[in-house]
Amino acid sequence: MYFQKVTSLFGRTRALENQIDEFLDKVSEAGLVFSRAVRVYLEEGACAEFDAFMTQESAIEAREDTLRRSIEVELYARTLIPDLRGDVLRLLEDIDSLVNGFEGHLFRISIQQPDIPKEFHKGFINLTETVVTCVDSVVLAARSFFRDIESVRDHASKTMFFESEADKISTKLQRGIFASDLPLERKIHLRYFVERIDDVANKAEDVADSLQIYTIKRKI
Amino acid sequence: MELSVLLFLTSGLFLGWSLGANDAANVFGTAVGTRMVRFTTAAIVCSLFVILGAVISGSGAAHTLGQLGSVNAIAGSFMVALAAGISVYLMTKWGLPVSTSQAIVGAIIGWNLFSESVTDSDALVKIVATWIACPILAGFFAVILMPLVKAILRVAQLHLLRLDAYTRFALIFAGAFGSYSLGANNIANVMGVFVDVTPFTDFQFAGFFTLSSVEQLFLLGAIAIAVGVFTYSKRVMMTVGASLMPMSPVAAWVVVIAHSIVLFLFASEGLEHLLASGGLPTIPLVPVSSSQAVVGAVIGLGMMRGGKDIDWKLLGNIGIGWIATPVMSAFVCFVCLFFVQNVFDQRVYREVHYILSEPVLDKLGERGLVTEDLASLKDTEYRSSKEFLDAFKRNTFFSSQDEKHALRVAELRPMEISAENIDGLDQTWLTSEQFAAVKQLAGVRFDHAWQLQQALANYSQDWRFMQNTKVNKLQNKDLERKIEYLVRYFEIGK
Repeated sequence: MYFQKVTSLFGRTRALENQIDEFLDKVSEAGLVFSRAVRVYLEEGACAEFDAFMTQESAIEAREDTLRRSIEVELYARTLIPDLRGDVLRLLEDIDSLVNGFEGHLFRISIQQPDIPKEFHKGFINLTETVVTCVDSVVLAARSFFRDIESVRDHASKTMFFESEADKISTKLQRGIFASDLPLERKIHLRYFVERIDDVANKAEDVADSLQIYTIKRKI
Repeated sequence: MELSVLLFLTSGLFLGWSLGANDAANVFGTAVGTRMVRFTTAAIVCSLFVILGAVISGSGAAHTLGQLGSVNAIAGSFMVALAAGISVYLMTKWGLPVSTSQAIVGAIIGWNLFSESVTDSDALVKIVATWIACPILAGFFAVILMPLVKAILRVAQLHLLRLDAYTRFALIFAGAFGSYSLGANNIANVMGVFVDVTPFTDFQFAGFFTLSSVEQLFLLGAIAIAVGVFTYSKRVMMTVGASLMPMSPVAAWVVVIAHSIVLFLFASEGLEHLLASGGLPTIPLVPVSSSQAVVGAVIGLGMMRGGKDIDWKLLGNIGIGWIATPVMSAFVCFVCLFFVQNVFDQRVYREVHYILSEPVLDKLGERGLVTEDLASLKDTEYRSSKEFLDAFKRNTFFSSQDEKHALRVAELRPMEISAENIDGLDQTWLTSEQFAAVKQLAGVRFDHAWQLQQALANYSQDWRFMQNTKVNKLQNKDLERKIEYLVRYFEIGK
C-alpha cells in the first residue's frame, strides 16, 4: 500500500509537471496567435480569419485559466513546494495576465476597429513581434525556474532587452503618428493601441524581475 | 515483579518521554519546520525507527551503562533519571533544544557529589570535548555536503516539483537513519540505569524470536520516547526548523544528514573497529547530543551564507541551555537525593568501600608503583572514593592515571560465585569456554573485581585481556563489560 502511495505520488507529481509545461506552452501559443491576428488585421481588417484567431485566443485563455486553477489547488491541497508555492502562484498569475493582455487587445481591436494607415503597419508589426519575443523570453525564464535555475538570469536579461526594444519601437511609432497629418482623435486612438501592446512587454519585464527574486530565494 | 521496581521505572519512562519531546524531535525538526514532512508522518517514522534502533542495536550499550556513573542503588537511579527528566522537561517548556546526555551527565555528577564518589575527570573531559566537537563536526559536514548536493542538482536538472518529491523522501529516509542511531545510542541514557533491576523475563514471540529482558526494557523506554515525540515535540521542531534560520528543503536535508552522520560516528562500535583495523585514528564513543549536532549543522550553513541570517539571540539562548542543563540537573539531583534519603528513608546509594590490603599493594607493585609510602594506610577501610583518594594523595605523588588505577584495584566488591546461581547467567553472551571457567570457580569468594578476572584468566584464554592496542580495544572493552556483569551478578549485599 505504501509502495502504491509512493508511485501515485510520483505519478501525480509528473502530471502536475505536465500541467505547468502545458501552461507555459499555451503562453507562447497565445503570443503566436496574437502576432498572426495583428498581421491579418493590418492586411485585411476584422475579417473572418481575424475572428477565428480571436476565438482561438479566447480558447487558449480559458484553458490557461483552468490549468492555473488546477495547479494552484494541487500545490495547496498536497502542500507541495511549501517554501516556494506562494512565489509559484504569483508567477503563474502574472504570466496568465500576459495572455489576458493578448486576448483583451484582440477584442479591443475587434470592437474599436482602429484605422491604421499603411505607413504605420511596419511599426505595428515590429512592435507586436518584439512584444511576443519578449513574452517568449519570460516563458523561457519561467521554464528555467522550474528545471534549470542557473539559466533564469540569462532569459530574464533577454526579456529586459526586448522590453527596452519594444519601448524604442513604441516611442518611434508614436512620434511618427503624432508627426503625421491624421486628425488628433485618430492620433490618440492609434497611440492607445501602441501603448496597450507595449504594455504587455512592460508586464513581461515585471515578471522577469520577480522571477529573479524567486530565484535568489530558491538558491538559499 | 515488585511494585516498587515499577514505580522506580517511571522516572526512566519520564526521561524517555522528555527525550522524545526534545532530542528525537531534532531529527525531523528541519523537515517539519520547513513543512516538507507533515508532523504526523515524521512522528510515526521517528517513533518506529527509535524503537527499532533501541531494541536491535541498543542492547550493545546495555552492559556499558554502569560506566556512565556507578549509580548503585535503585532509588538513586530513579532520582538520577528523574532529575535529568525534569531538567529536559523545563528546557523543552522554554522552547530550548537540550540534550538528554547532558542532563544525565549533570544528574550523575549530582549523585557523585551526594554519595561522595569521585567523578572520573578524564571521562568528563572527554564528554565535554564531544559537546564542543559535535556541533563543529556537524557544521563541517554540512559545509562539505551542501556544495556537493548543489553540484549534483545542477547536473541532474530536476523539475522543481520532482526535486520537491525526492527531497521529501530523502528527508524521511535521513530522518529514519537519524532516529535509528538516536534510539541505539540514547536508549542507554533513558533505561540503562535500570538494566540491573529489570523486572522482565525473556519472552519468546510465536517461536520465531526471543525478546530478552533488556530488550523488553528498551522497548518500554522506546515507547516512552515515541509518546514524547507525539505529545510534545512539535514546538521544538518548529524552533529548530524554522526559527533559527530560513532554510530551503534541500538545506534541511543536508542538516539532517550531517546530524545523522555525526550521531553515527560517535555511536558506531563497528566503525571504530573498522578504523582501528585500518590503522586510522578512532573516534571516541560518547553519547552525543542530537540537538547540538542539528544546531551545529544549521550554523555551518548560516556561516556559508555569511552569517547574516542566523538568529544570534536564539543561538545565545541555546548556548545558555547547554550550560544550564547539566548544572540544573546536578542541582536538582542533589536536592532530590537529599529528600528521598532523609524524608522518604530510601537508600539512594550503596557505599563503596576501598582498602589497601596486602593483595592490593602487591597488585599496585606489579604496575611498578612504589608502595612503601602507603604502608601507613594498609588495611584501613575507606567509606567513599573521595575519602580514599584524599588519604592516598596525602601520602603519595602518583599521576592521575596511577591514582585511577589504584582506585580500581582497591575497590571492594565482595562476591561469591554461588553454584546455584551460575546457570542463571546470560549464556548467549558468554562463550562456552568463558562459562566453563566461571563454573570452575563455584564456591570461591573474591574481594576485588580484578581478582575474579585473574582467577578466570587462569582457567580460560577467553578471559585474558589482549594487548592494549586500538584494534584490540573493542574485545578488551567487551571483556571488561563481562567481568563487570559477573561482579554485579555475584556481588554480596547488592
